[in-house]
Amino acid sequence: MPKLITQVGCPYCGSSCDDLEVLVSDDGKKILETHNACVIGNEIFHHVSSPSRPKKPRMRQPDGTMKEISYDEAVDFTAKTLLKSKKPLIYGFGSTNCEGMSAVARVAEKAGAVLDNCASICHGPSFLAIFDNGYPSCTLGEVKNRADVVVFWGCNPMHAHPRHTSRYSIFPRGFFTTKGQMQRTIICVDPRETDTAKLADMHLMIKQGHDYDLFDAFRTVLRGHPIPEEVAGIKREKIEEAAEAMKKARFCMIFFGMGCCHTDGRNHNIDIAISTTRDLNTYTKASIMAMRGHYNIAGPGQVWSWQFGFPYCLDLSKGTHAHMNPGETSSIDLAMRDEVDCFVNVGTDAGAHFPIAAIKHLKKHPFITVDPNICMASEISDLHIPVRVVGVEEPGVVYRMDNVPIQFKKVIDGPEGVPSDEELFDMVYKRMCELTQTEPFWILAKGHAQASTPTEH
Amino acid sequence: MTNKISLNMITQRAIEEGQAMEKGKTTPQYFEACSVCEMNPEDMKKLGIWRNTNVRVTSEAGSVVVKAIEPTQFVPPGLAHIRQGVWANQVVPPRTQSTGTPQYSGFPVTIEPAMNEKIKSALELVQGSVGMWKGGN
Repeated sequence: MPKLITQVGCPYCGSSCDDLEVLVSDDGKKILETHNACVIGNEIFHHVSSPSRPKKPRMRQPDGTMKEISYDEAVDFTAKTLLKSKKPLIYGFGSTNCEGMSAVARVAEKAGAVLDNCASICHGPSFLAIFDNGYPSCTLGEVKNRADVVVFWGCNPMHAHPRHTSRYSIFPRGFFTTKGQMQRTIICVDPRETDTAKLADMHLMIKQGHDYDLFDAFRTVLRGHPIPEEVAGIKREKIEEAAEAMKKARFCMIFFGMGCCHTDGRNHNIDIAISTTRDLNTYTKASIMAMRGHYNIAGPGQVWSWQFGFPYCLDLSKGTHAHMNPGETSSIDLAMRDEVDCFVNVGTDAGAHFPIAAIKHLKKHPFITVDPNICMASEISDLHIPVRVVGVEEPGVVYRMDNVPIQFKKVIDGPEGVPSDEELFDMVYKRMCELTQTEPFWILAKGHAQASTPTEH
Repeated sequence: MTNKISLNMITQRAIEEGQAMEKGKTTPQYFEACSVCEMNPEDMKKLGIWRNTNVRVTSEAGSVVVKAIEPTQFVPPGLAHIRQGVWANQVVPPRTQSTGTPQYSGFPVTIEPAMNEKIKSALELVQGSVGMWKGGN
């Protein structure tokens, strides 16, 4: 009998849905059906059994072809390359669990590397604004149960977080929002009429790149001062109407996305969004949240802040202390200034998602990819090491976009002999300790911690 | 006569792109989902092209051939959108305003018809950019 596994977590977007049901075959090796997932989540669960998936590390040969090697050889190459490099860059972590992130961080510390995650090219500016101005946020549960005015600013969940609107922000009926969508006023600020904008009661079709101006106009109106007839392409009356709706809300929720972080102004756009939220709290309850892109991209921020004190752009090359200064220690800037001499891409695809100029610089040096699948980064790498897929073949803790930790399950066994990110990087750490004749004390500490706390996976 | 127009480019997610990406970046689905530039029909008229014509998009950072399509989500005149991914990143400027985050949205591009030019595959673009492409043109 095929087995139906319930309450399965989805390893795609920042909504980190944990209500999927997966039907697996009798032998527990194949996924037959997925229920409740969006089209993208569904694709992930079915893709794991793709015959094209590599099951052994592949090393680039002098003639440009790839040759399969053993995991021991791959671990040895990675350890030696990291030790030889003066300033390696270890980047990625959009798609792995917190256990893996923690293991990688110990490798980075040992290697004197720069450790960075996808937030660097995504919500990095949000971090900068949050450092400066605070983060009056809440959980998605509160949004579902309380929010009656929801603002989507520069984000398009219908495409990037497909089930966000049905689980948390537009449609669900909550404790104080018993009528669901009927009770919610949706405001969308976007230069395009996105599919999210089509769902909104008010669409403010902003002139692209003028987010700061419009936030400023909102703050001015909220404080009762006059504004020009038109700001950022939006008529005064429309701004006043939207500001009034936000003010009259019982609970106003602002979600913001890449429309704010990827364009001119960057962190300043988020900074003023946070100030707008603070202003709104003079009249009602208001809260703000970053639409984090991946199911556990909030994870490295949590894990590394706990380990080193900083969420991203961590320069560990000084050997004595961690140092963070985005702009200087951020992946793209380091690449463009040619300041790193080795690149390790983990659980992401820098090959497809970095501006190509940065890839050209990084490719001058050893280039290693750790990812379950063939991707653009793997296809230009000197070494590609496949690992198990978190959330499908490997359990673990993930942080949802509201920084709520969720224990994800595994639903099937991974391919034989293929390690998890955590196992792989623990092996690399151990090998680095052997090579440098030092004590692998983090592995010993982990063993000790596991022995003293009975946990159930 | 070659028409050329200047537009403001943004590169963002699309569900088609997300689904195709999980299927694999070397699949035809990924090619179809991401090697397109959405632009307003008025701008196509100015450019003297029909929809589904190949165009060359050039920015300060580089140049790429993609297919011009009518917007699946309305784009006003003056704005263009290439879905995030390999094709978009051929033209995304790596400047970060000292934040670490590149200018993925809101950068000037010129667009010109390129009816007889081929749209390169993802692999050809990425491997080609680092001198590893062996597949020919």
